[in-house]
Amino acid sequence: MRIGGHPILSFEKKKELHFTFNGRDLIGYEGDTIAAALHDNGIMHYSSSILHKRPRGFYCAIGNCGSCNMTVDGILNVKTCMTPLQDGMIVESEADEVTIHEE
Amino acid sequence: MRNRDLIIVGGGPAGLSAARVALEAGLSVTIIERANRLGGQLIKQTHKFFGSKEEYAKTRGIDIATILIHDLDEFSDQLEVLNEATVVGMYKDYVLTVYQGHDYFKYKAKAIIIATGASEKVLAFENNDLPGIYGAGAVQTLMNLYGVLPGQTVVMVGSGNIGLIVSYQMIQAGVKVKALLEASSHIGGYLVHASKLVRLGVPILTKTTVKRAIGTNKIQQIETVQLDENWNYIAGTETVIDCDALCISVGLTPLHQLLSMADIEMIYINELGGLIPKKNEHYETSMPRVYACGDVTGIEEASSAMVEGKIAGLMASRDLGRSHPNFETLEQEFKDQLQNLRQGPCGEKIRSGLTRAGEQL
Repeated sequence: MRIGGHPILSFEKKKELHFTFNGRDLIGYEGDTIAAALHDNGIMHYSSSILHKRPRGFYCAIGNCGSCNMTVDGILNVKTCMTPLQDGMIVESEADEVTIHEE
Repeated sequence: MRNRDLIIVGGGPAGLSAARVALEAGLSVTIIERANRLGGQLIKQTHKFFGSKEEYAKTRGIDIATILIHDLDEFSDQLEVLNEATVVGMYKDYVLTVYQGHDYFKYKAKAIIIATGASEKVLAFENNDLPGIYGAGAVQTLMNLYGVLPGQTVVMVGSGNIGLIVSYQMIQAGVKVKALLEASSHIGGYLVHASKLVRLGVPILTKTTVKRAIGTNKIQQIETVQLDENWNYIAGTETVIDCDALCISVGLTPLHQLLSMADIEMIYINELGGLIPKKNEHYETSMPRVYACGDVTGIEEASSAMVEGKIAGLMASRDLGRSHPNFETLEQEFKDQLQNLRQGPCGEKIRSGLTRAGEQL
């Protein structure tokens, strides 16, 4: 969800960008990061914990925590909170690709 | 290998202020910034600053960022700015390794200023990793930079200035702030910010914390609990609040990793947020010609980060044999400004932290 009105800032609608998240077609806007566009689309589950596969959202949104890492256009571990959204991006969560082999 | 007089890691208030002074002194400067724009965390701070006019009091953070960036315009022939570039290594021979896009390359500097800032702390409670539990700064970024709402009904944990200000900014964006929790018996931040929230009907619950988050796959409720004078849960005081996001604002911790990597002498100071470099009065660390300024040297305000940056820029240029034409005047001026910013009851924690770190105030 986007901010409707704001007393200080103005958010004019920018150019629509089309991208996919786990195969789903979504729309974001120019100037968004991937993480911001996903959140706007109601997606809050960004990664999963390695051992227990617990769902994780982003935490810091400025590139520190790694909780929003995803595969973007085939590149692993992209910080989606720092990466500007581009038209045609293929974004995939990494939940099933990481496995810990317990003794 | 690219060679520069001075490399500044971090393009926030400290790094930009350091750059300005060093450029005035005639150095060739490279600023390496992880984000896709300069300004650090100022770029999302819509509130007006306190302090004195030298630190842009009464000006909004977002506008201070613009001023600091434009202050560098006239030095375009001496200045290089790398955006979306992360310094991933710092070594004892003044080599920095940088990762930008798909490229990995090296810089060698005569002097280095580390102005990497800080990261938000987390809080331990059951289910604290549920989606919808965000750092307060993260919510500020999401709203004020991208215009996206964190949720519709939110609870804030922590009544320091960031918790207070971000709560107010959520209300400005149209979010319902259901409560602000504070574990201690008193409000941590400035009362002027807290009063605004109270006037808008936000309950500020002191001696109260979050016991657990409730929800499957994302946060739906939190359970709060009251604390006794020893910070223990008081049984029977649990209350459930519905919310679709929870903001954690329990302080910041310095992003010290590059300094630690270069084996620079560090010291843990709780009052300043964690591990900080030992530094002399010239903001020089235990490694000669490596300086640190801003939140990485201890958590304070952006106002003091700017002044610290100026001192670091002044000293770095002097130590490279290019003293600023107004060196003596500026040195005194900057030191006085810092002392002013740290005086009074709000600066007490910082003064005590710096004293423990062995610094002269």
